Amino acid sequence: MFRNQYDTDVTTWSPAGRLFQVEYAMEAVKQGSAAIGLRSKTHVVLGCVNKANSELSSHQKKIFKVDDHIGVAIAGLTADGRVLSRYMRSECINYGFTYESPLPVGRLVVQLADKAQVCTQRSWKRPYGVGLLVGGLDESGAHLYYNCPSGNYFEYQAFAIGSRSQAAKTYLERRFEKFMDSSRDDLVKDALLAIRETLQGESLKSSICTVAVVGAGEPFHVLDNETVQKLIDSFEIAAVDEAPAAEPDAPADQGAPADQGAPADQGAPADQRPATDEGVAPMDI
Amino acid sequence: MTKQAANWSPYDNNGGSCVAIAGADYCVIAADTRMSTGYSILSRDYSKICKLADKSLMASSGFQADVKALQKFLAARHLTYQHQHNKQMSCPAMAQLLSNTLYYKRFFPYYSFNVLGGLDNEGKGCVYTYDAVGSYERVGYGCQGSGSTLIMPFLDNQLKSPSPLLLPAQDAVTPLSESEAVDLVKTCFASATERDIYTGDRLEIVILNADGIHRQYMELRKD
Repeated sequence: MFRNQYDTDVTTWSPAGRLFQVEYAMEAVKQGSAAIGLRSKTHVVLGCVNKANSELSSHQKKIFKVDDHIGVAIAGLTADGRVLSRYMRSECINYGFTYESPLPVGRLVVQLADKAQVCTQRSWKRPYGVGLLVGGLDESGAHLYYNCPSGNYFEYQAFAIGSRSQAAKTYLERRFEKFMDSSRDDLVKDALLAIRETLQGESLKSSICTVAVVGAGEPFHVLDNETVQKLIDSFEIAAVDEAPAAEPDAPADQGAPADQGAPADQGAPADQRPATDEGVAPMDI
Repeated sequence: MTKQAANWSPYDNNGGSCVAIAGADYCVIAADTRMSTGYSILSRDYSKICKLADKSLMASSGFQADVKALQKFLAARHLTYQHQHNKQMSCPAMAQLLSNTLYYKRFFPYYSFNVLGGLDNEGKGCVYTYDAVGSYERVGYGCQGSGSTLIMPFLDNQLKSPSPLLLPAQDAVTPLSESEAVDLVKTCFASATERDIYTGDRLEIVILNADGIHRQYMELRKD
């Protein structure tokens, strides 16, 4: 983006009526790895791409359980996302304590948006550099919201944020009209297919993505690696001709069968390291 | 200027008794279901036992409004713990949390007499007994409430080896089997119900072991 004299602090307007610091914060979201969300009448599925910095490190946690009925996927500055998740969890606990009922999703996102807005109007603060896809279930049904650093929030049928999210959005735009009546399993498959779009040719395996579901009678939880890998296998074979970057290259073909063998191995030892394993659902109550 | 006595008290005593017994691989927590005020009965079917975590149950007698507030607070704190640690709180951890929570209100206490029962990290039964301001101790068996003075000496007599009166206790937990412990608890309450007017109606027994949580009920005298 452009460097100019109106972008030094967030409390300075540009002559065109823009707050550049806020817009730069939204850029930070676009740089983060992709996160997607989609919903039907009864379920919401959140998914994200997990890229570890190196083979030696574990990958960033980008999907957080906020309460039994709400979860969030983030893109951008994950530290900001972690802090906001803690805030959301605390709000849900306090609401539950006072009203003995789950916090409606729409109320939570407004509180989150108001919190973000504060940071756009204080000279000693900076906007949060994270976009949040909040998915949850309440009395009025299943909802998916996107909260951005500007303090705006929108409700979506399906959305994708982060790098290369446009590919996923294009895929979702083609299919979204069917989502409302989709079954839970079809919704999860669509989420995985949308994640695959953002990978642009790289093969999809459960070790590089995380999927979480919340729905009627199903508290928010992250699907474990084995389940995800089985789902990937079930449509990878069927969709060979549909694969976006059709893989005619020999190395990629050799990569595929080897990849399907490896994740099954990675699944087992990964499960034994609960601290770093994305697949183990926290708070399996 | 003579000292004025309060014309109003923030506390009330809703009566009832609670017992917990720890075994080698189980824990039995029991309480009657009568809630009273003064000489009246408010309910014959009010549970004093609350599940705080997978392996911790708390039975509390005293002022049930304070008990309910305490249970809600601990439940909320447990949720926070799970978010931060990705696992359930262990019984010893919950025991410490309960103690700290009670002492926090040292100068306006929770009028709640608690017995915490569960399984420790090794799967052995554990029972913790408390006073109203958080002083606690791990024991092999404990009881609180209006019938505790009637029940405690009976337990000391029947559960000889874990009794602290042997100075020190011979066993940390009772060598009795689970069904023997349940029968003992039933006997305790049947006796306490005879002489304590605040104990009766129905007995709720919760057994916690490696298979999970099981609940049992026994009718008591309703007079």
